[in-house]
Amino acid sequence: MSNNISIRHAVKRYGNNTVIPDLSLEVRQGEFFTLLGPSGCGKTTLLRMIAGFNSIEGGDFYFGENRINDLNPSKRNIGMVFQNYAIFPHLTVRKNVEFGLKYKKLSKEEITRRGDEFMKLMQIDEFADRLPDRLSGGQQQRVALARALCIEPDVLLMDEPLSNLDAKLRVEMWTVIKNLQHDINITTVYVTHDQEEAMAISDRIAVMNAGVIQHVGTPKNIYQRPANLFVSTFIGQSNLLEGKLFLVDGQPMVETAGGYRMRMKGIREECLTNRDIVLSVRPEEFLLDVRATEGISAVVNDCVFLGLNTHYFVTLSSGEEAVIIQESSIDSIIEPGTQIRLSINTEKLNIFDKETEENLLQGVVNDRPEA
Amino acid sequence: MTKAGKRFDGWVILSIIMFVIFVAVLIYPLFGLMKRSVIMEDGTFSWEMFRQFFAHSYYTETVGNSFKVTITVTLLTLVLGVPFAYFYSFYKLKGAKILFVVSIICCMSAPFLGAYSWIMLLGRNGVITQFIKSVFGITLPSIYGFRGIVLSQVLNFFPLVFIYMNGAFKNIDSTLMEASENMGCTGVKRLFHIVLHLTMPTLLASALMVFMQSFADFGTPSTLGEGYKTFLVLLYNQYLGETGQNYNFAAALAIIAVILTAIVFFLQKWATSRFKFSINALHPVEKKEPKGVAGVLMHVFCYLLCGVAILPQAYVVYLSFRNCKGSIFKPGFSLGNYAAAIKKKLGLASRNTVIMAVIALIIIIIIAVIIAYLVVRRSNAFNHAIDTVAMLPYIMPGAVIGIALLIVYGKKPFALTGTMAIMILSFAIRRMPYTIRSATATLMQIPLSTEEAATSLGASKFGTFVKVTIPMMANGILSGAILSWVAIVTELSSSVILYSNKTTTLTMQAYVYIGRGEYGTAAAFASVLTAITVVSLLIYMAVSKTEDNVRL
Repeated sequence: MSNNISIRHAVKRYGNNTVIPDLSLEVRQGEFFTLLGPSGCGKTTLLRMIAGFNSIEGGDFYFGENRINDLNPSKRNIGMVFQNYAIFPHLTVRKNVEFGLKYKKLSKEEITRRGDEFMKLMQIDEFADRLPDRLSGGQQQRVALARALCIEPDVLLMDEPLSNLDAKLRVEMWTVIKNLQHDINITTVYVTHDQEEAMAISDRIAVMNAGVIQHVGTPKNIYQRPANLFVSTFIGQSNLLEGKLFLVDGQPMVETAGGYRMRMKGIREECLTNRDIVLSVRPEEFLLDVRATEGISAVVNDCVFLGLNTHYFVTLSSGEEAVIIQESSIDSIIEPGTQIRLSINTEKLNIFDKETEENLLQGVVNDRPEA
Repeated sequence: MTKAGKRFDGWVILSIIMFVIFVAVLIYPLFGLMKRSVIMEDGTFSWEMFRQFFAHSYYTETVGNSFKVTITVTLLTLVLGVPFAYFYSFYKLKGAKILFVVSIICCMSAPFLGAYSWIMLLGRNGVITQFIKSVFGITLPSIYGFRGIVLSQVLNFFPLVFIYMNGAFKNIDSTLMEASENMGCTGVKRLFHIVLHLTMPTLLASALMVFMQSFADFGTPSTLGEGYKTFLVLLYNQYLGETGQNYNFAAALAIIAVILTAIVFFLQKWATSRFKFSINALHPVEKKEPKGVAGVLMHVFCYLLCGVAILPQAYVVYLSFRNCKGSIFKPGFSLGNYAAAIKKKLGLASRNTVIMAVIALIIIIIIAVIIAYLVVRRSNAFNHAIDTVAMLPYIMPGAVIGIALLIVYGKKPFALTGTMAIMILSFAIRRMPYTIRSATATLMQIPLSTEEAATSLGASKFGTFVKVTIPMMANGILSGAILSWVAIVTELSSSVILYSNKTTTLTMQAYVYIGRGEYGTAAAFASVLTAITVVSLLIYMAVSKTEDNVRL
């Protein structure tokens, strides 16, 4: 029976060094939840606190109604998949998969049946009697998954399970893992630093930085309406431009450092005051026009043709540099040195307060419980 | 997991038990030894024993002799062992497996047997001496004294360097070799600048090992030394000598021995600290085909070295089948020596040897695994202190351990003198540091997550340890245990102090009968010993997957 996970005011310290100051989180029953952040942000630490391998210096961890803080790792009924797979090298694939079942007071027949079932599910049944050192990385990871899942855990924890695989295999495994999780409907917490991977497989993502959760939301919401400047730059690529927000006849206007002005809709009521802002413009949110007379003037420094898209590196009149991605057209590429005009898709544009770095727009859905 | 829960579990209790054990078998005996060296028979405190030692050049010059021998032996083993290991590791030598087995067998024999055999070959009436005299009319230089000790010990100990260096050479990544070649550094230049520099920590470790073995060996100098007295011979004579035994003086000498080895130990540690780096080969170097004159010379060097080194043992086995009366070998072959040996407790000695070695080995392995786990997985100051104490036997020559154990456990209430228990205890103590080191190194290479995986799958701490940790360590421990096994089987330096009629071993019997001049019987005992070591080595190599996976 799959469970929801509640973490309330978790604290992690190593000596005097506080890694996680105060963290709360709700993972819903049956969802695929990803902890995403740069290395050293505390995501693996948090996962290992859930698993029971790290001590908890403060706060409460719940699986459903059960407080698990003082529960031994072996009693938490967790399926865990490790970055280095942690396959037992001295046991065959079958013995590896059945390892956890031996502690479940099951009959011999039941152990074999379940072992077979999960080996078949992960398509490793043909290697059942091999030792793991003769398996490829991808196959070893399938063994690790089968081993973690066949004990029918309450939650599945995965610590960067795909980071040792090559790019192509990794993409293949995204589908395998996502479909598997969907089929058996098990609450899953997944740790990764690869934002593309997080977007591809998660129901919801928690973006972490320096031990603090920045934004919890769906991949789409996190990308389109990041809660703050950190999320906006960590997820996908963003050009950050200095700017000002001010009201003209009660209508909000945004002005870039170069003096280009545009009307802005969808700003939260309480944020409608004059202030310094940072515009976060994704490379594809710029509209590039050589012939236009309106817009931010810029000079093309360099361009890179990548087939589907062409990347332009430009310097704006304000002196700021920006990257623009345009769908490649059949016409000739804009040559370096060309003077151009840029406009911005204001519907997609995000603006952040310069002081607080919080997003000023409506539509930010942040499920992070208030601390 | 709460803080208190993490602090208090079975491992804490084990760590306290280990501490108590080491205090009882190492610290307390060492303390007893110190006490004996300064508290005289009549209970008064005095530095007299130490004063006496430093007052007479007769005593102090043995230290000089010992250092002269050990340093010469250490340097020569490096000069022979390093090239041998280099050729073996980097070239496809013909019959490499034979070279490997032969060199292991060489270092597995008890040193005094080699010495005795060299006397039979090169001594005053030695076979080779007589042969050369009659054919060429040349008198070979005497092998008694310094030269003989060095010859016998070098050929006995060079395989230690070989085993160490072979392991280190295998850890050199081939890309490092290619990179240096790419920058124009090849051949001998590359050997000195890259290969030896990279393996310097291991080179120094093997040098220390040889130094300690050579220093602690009393069988060779007492057999071959004649007038040339080393420090350990002096120590034994003070303790076991037929005349002029002085236990207080022996204790003082033992303390001096520990201080001397400790100084060398710390010098070596200091030297090693200047070469601190770790290498781990992702792409081990591919062995090359040896070509041309160089290839031939390589083979000549390796086979000549192994051939000469195995000569003493082969000759002892040959002698064991020769007819013999007392100390005179007669023409013709028979099993007479074995028949004589059977009458002289061959059965008892073999049984004792095997039983005591098995028990000692089990104790060593259990303690080594526990210490390794405590140091690697429960790293804290207390456990590291235990680990450091456990290394003490490394600087304690066998004689020192034997004497120290007798001083504190020989009398009531323990009264262990002449029991198997005290023999097993000393065997276990002597080999412990080596097995602990190899167990610790093995555990360090096992990722923690494998154990965590077992725990998260429902295995208890103890279950994880037994079902996952120990099996994963098994290979590493086994490769270390084989040499410990052989070292225990051939142990002489503490057994000669601790043995009794009931607890005698094959090595002891061989030693005793050489002393009594019954060379045939001694050869029979020695040959049975050799057979046991060879058989155990072959069994090990059949069981273990890689052929040259032997660790010290």
